[in-house]
Amino acid sequence: MKEARRAPGSEWLKDHPRLLEVAYAASKRVITAAYPLMRRVSPRASERLLLWSEELLKGYAFNCQMCGQCILHSTGMTCPMTCPKNLRNGPCGGVRANGNCEVIPEMPCIWVQAWERSADMMLYGDAINQIQPPVDRTLQGTSAWINLIDRRDIQTPKGWALTESVERRAQNAGQGATPATRI
Amino acid sequence: MQQPLAPTTSQMSSGSRLERVLRSGRFAVTAELDAPDSADPEDVYKNALVLAEVCDAINATDGAGANCHMSSMGCCALLTRAGYEPVLQVSCRDRNRIAIQADLLGAAAMGVQNVLCLTGDDVSNGDQPEAKRVFDLDSIQLLQVARMMRDQGVLLSGRKLLTPPRLFLGAVENPFVPPYELRAHRLAKKIAAGAQFIQTQYCFDIPRFQRFMARVRELGLHERVFILVGVGPLRSAKAAEHLRTKVPGVWIPDELVARMHKTPPSQQAEEGIRICVELIQQAREIVGIHGVHVMAYRQEGMVAEIIHRAGLFPRSGPAPARPPRTQPQRA
Repeated sequence: MKEARRAPGSEWLKDHPRLLEVAYAASKRVITAAYPLMRRVSPRASERLLLWSEELLKGYAFNCQMCGQCILHSTGMTCPMTCPKNLRNGPCGGVRANGNCEVIPEMPCIWVQAWERSADMMLYGDAINQIQPPVDRTLQGTSAWINLIDRRDIQTPKGWALTESVERRAQNAGQGATPATRI
Repeated sequence: MQQPLAPTTSQMSSGSRLERVLRSGRFAVTAELDAPDSADPEDVYKNALVLAEVCDAINATDGAGANCHMSSMGCCALLTRAGYEPVLQVSCRDRNRIAIQADLLGAAAMGVQNVLCLTGDDVSNGDQPEAKRVFDLDSIQLLQVARMMRDQGVLLSGRKLLTPPRLFLGAVENPFVPPYELRAHRLAKKIAAGAQFIQTQYCFDIPRFQRFMARVRELGLHERVFILVGVGPLRSAKAAEHLRTKVPGVWIPDELVARMHKTPPSQQAEEGIRICVELIQQAREIVGIHGVHVMAYRQEGMVAEIIHRAGLFPRSGPAPARPPRTQPQRA
């Protein structure tokens, strides 16, 4: 497997996650406000505009794989889909002693970077501890921004959603430990 | 000596013997069975027999090192048929979520009650690097899917199961590779996803393991999961070099390799066993360790000797010093 493409300057950018998370928070506001209006004017054009700009900008900065369900802010502004194993919940056990990838020895493990960078973040640093649901492969190639606005990116399989809602209810009911928090 | 865990539990999640042993506060022993390159059941039973005498459960590997061998499923089917206690290893490398859920049902139907959820070694290190890597789920998602099937009795699709699988869920952790700080947090994530027991990667570095366990205790995780430390005998100095340079995720400190090199070749195997026994004894003293997982690649015959010399057999002797608050019972 070949090392993922890294555009000049993009590593510097990613090493400044605070800048990126602020940019993320700001663009989230702008896009969620503007896109519904844009869509009313011209649905197809606005969809394309968003998709293209996402491909271009996130492609440059993060080597975006267009999974359509962006969690960059939860992973230290480091794209987990650039991990050869597509791991979204943390590093595998094969990381080399020098912190490089098991599969691509010359590439730093993206989770080593994600961990360091998330420690630097102010807004979303703790999100790295959240459990990320299975990837929805049908969203591959679609715009994560549009999926965010349509809340399509947080839709999980029925069984997964059921587990989460049962646990949330148990926690809210003050039953203390959920099945997940005790052995 | 290790004090037993006092889990706030009143019910077993499976009928597993491993679960019973761990909940009773006894020091558990598991070992890895090398799946044969064979279609003959005898090749599985031959290896299992020597392990079963000294172990509480036998792990059937799932294409370890991304090398093709008999499937974990096949080995487990044979083991349950003969009354052994297997741990089904499920890696995310070769199967998507549909196949994995189907396998969990099949395994449970055959009497498998322990499942170990792993990410899996990459295909590039295996015997068929041209293969497609799947990794549809990751190990944490896999854990949560298995727990969902057991506790909610549904498939990912939401479809109800007639009878949910009763499983004791395990995961792995490798405290010996970067990012070291994240490892304990990742363990917490695995517990939240459903891990009830942990088998670690080969431990050859006690100080590093102690640092990891200190963090685990800070987070209070040792009271929420049973941790079995992974150990194994080094067959020779050459094997040690191979293990640390060629096998991903294995960390062996220089002193240990030097110690193997200093030993005359004829005595290296013996030295390897001695090191393994020492590691078990040192790891056993660490608070939060509930058992040992022996991985003796192609040296199954050595496992019994290691267990005996480490003073872990017979283990039925003294009762736990602090018994769990509630007696384990079938749910």
